[in-house]
Amino acid sequence: MDAFTTLTAIAAPLPMANVDTDKIIPARFLKTIKRTGLGANLFDTLRYEADGRERPDFVLNQEPYRRAQILIAYENFGCGSSREHAPWALLDFGIRCVIAPDFADIFHNNTFKNGILPIRLPRELCDLLMQDARLGDNARLTVDLAAQVVVRPNGAKVHFEIDPFRKHLLLNGLDDIGQTLQHAAKIDSYEARQRQEKSWQPGIAI
Amino acid sequence: MPQDKPRTLFDKVWDSHVVERLPDGTCVLYIDRHLVHEVTSPQAFDGLRTAGRRVRRPEATLAVVDHNIPTSDRSQGIAEEESRIQVETLESNVAAFGVPYFPVLDPRQGIVHIVGPEQGVSLPGMTIVCGDSHTSTHGALGALAFGIGTSEVEHVLATQTLLQKPAKNMLVRVDGTLPPGCSAKDIVLAIIGRIGTAGGNGHVIEFGGETIRALDMAGRMTVCNMAIEAGARAGLIAPDETTFAYIDGRPFAPHGAAFDAAVAHWRTLPSDADAVYDRVVTLDAAEIAPMVTWGTSPEAVLPITGTVPNPADEPDEARRAQLQRMVEYMGLIPGQKLTELVVDVVFVGSCTNGRIEDIRVVAQLVQGRRVAPGVRAMVVPGSGLVKQQAEAEGLDRILRDAGFEWREAGCSMCLGMNPDKLTPGQRCASTSNRNFEGRQGPGGRTHLLSPAMAAAAAVTGHLTDVRELV
Repeated sequence: MDAFTTLTAIAAPLPMANVDTDKIIPARFLKTIKRTGLGANLFDTLRYEADGRERPDFVLNQEPYRRAQILIAYENFGCGSSREHAPWALLDFGIRCVIAPDFADIFHNNTFKNGILPIRLPRELCDLLMQDARLGDNARLTVDLAAQVVVRPNGAKVHFEIDPFRKHLLLNGLDDIGQTLQHAAKIDSYEARQRQEKSWQPGIAI
Repeated sequence: MPQDKPRTLFDKVWDSHVVERLPDGTCVLYIDRHLVHEVTSPQAFDGLRTAGRRVRRPEATLAVVDHNIPTSDRSQGIAEEESRIQVETLESNVAAFGVPYFPVLDPRQGIVHIVGPEQGVSLPGMTIVCGDSHTSTHGALGALAFGIGTSEVEHVLATQTLLQKPAKNMLVRVDGTLPPGCSAKDIVLAIIGRIGTAGGNGHVIEFGGETIRALDMAGRMTVCNMAIEAGARAGLIAPDETTFAYIDGRPFAPHGAAFDAAVAHWRTLPSDADAVYDRVVTLDAAEIAPMVTWGTSPEAVLPITGTVPNPADEPDEARRAQLQRMVEYMGLIPGQKLTELVVDVVFVGSCTNGRIEDIRVVAQLVQGRRVAPGVRAMVVPGSGLVKQQAEAEGLDRILRDAGFEWREAGCSMCLGMNPDKLTPGQRCASTSNRNFEGRQGPGGRTHLLSPAMAAAAAVTGHLTDVRELV
């Protein structure tokens, strides 16, 4: 996983609430056995006509937003399925940061595992950033994870909160499994205790 | 371990699975059962291989194929290349890593959330995860069950744990007698209509109250299945005699003295009488009517007696735009009666309503009736064993005679990953769980409802108040 430190990039406005995972990446594109290549189908139904032509009115089909690395959206972003294909599609397109008033829980978890920073900000602040994101070539935000600030095009700073453990993992590009395996001895002793206390709990053998 | 404060069912299951609590409150949480399927696992196994890791506890893991397999005859293999590759990848992965697996031609194969409880793999008090959001289904047994992404699938395969922070507790209490024509599906749709699709974000919902207690296990699974549609991390219901009777005798459940020991433990799980919840929502079952969704979010739901809302009545601009898009996508006219909506397809199945109890309800309603002209109606059993049971009861005959397709088990048209899809503009009465744009096929229009309501729509050809047929 790539570390996330600071990012200065074009922010695209997506003023929609409840952007669900089927919108981010429809199920028909989940038949891949890889993590990459999904960017072409990010927001497929919003982005393309049925015949495959781009819809010119969709923001990511417009300059400079084709190069956007930050997305501004409204409430409950990423609701629905647990598919990690949603953050994979965002990442493959180039999105490294999504800013919204709140996120669905599983999607929120999944973004961190892929080096994407989800930032929760109150709706009023999202409205301001949404206005910034409509500035075309000036829709440029800087996200500084260490300082926990978003710097607006006018230089104003917006502070955001983030879980310290997740911040640490993102800043250093650390993989969760490696972290957890530092506790392997504790997992061993937990399992030994469970085998005694819940001896009735069978394993699955086919 | 003495406890200072009264605890909820969720607190108890959580506490007993904490391997270690890190200084910032993140917990290394032990996972008892990991269910795996073909769509969200290939990249996880690939990650293990790259890192040279093994599956820590294959005997706590069960793999099935369900999401992308065809529901027509499968004895000749899978024609669609990408689906076949995904299934073959799962088969080589379970062989390489020693994971128990029900292949497509095994009668025990089916939708992962039907199979787990059916086999006794999912038990009260367990932590259960799967790379699928509807894992909340297993909470009906009194387990803490939730969906995870593929990175977390890899994490569980490698460590049998997850890094998690505890959720908040929400109680949704439903009391009173459910009116005729209503079922568990109507209860959960009414709950989502009340609290919204983000209403449960950050919470685990415990469903309680006398109406929930009176549900059979199939109904409880339907309710917990859709907890995720309310945004909840998980949904659960306290285990009781109904739960224990359901589990007794299932293949992978404990048997004999072990079962008795298990039940003794399971009886300690229900929330303490004075447990405190962060949020409580109450519903009166007597006020619930047969429900149907009209829009492209599960919260866009109304009683079947309702009419299509007018977006112009919505004061908030973003919300008004969302409603407008829903009305247009769904091909509706504000003020139109929901019962006027003509359906092209009726889909009975999914992890929400693909159990034998659901199929019985449909068969009973359509017996002696015919699917309306022009309607394609299909029943997709949730597992091979559900299919066998239905056939033993003669339900397949009743359904076929009425004009329904009787298909093989799988997720099917719930998410349109296999050939069972809507075509653009088609309107579907569906017993599944999500009505997002394009969910059942690009341009498809989904109305979520109960099995009884689906049967009613099949025979009349339009959305119908099932109470007029019984």
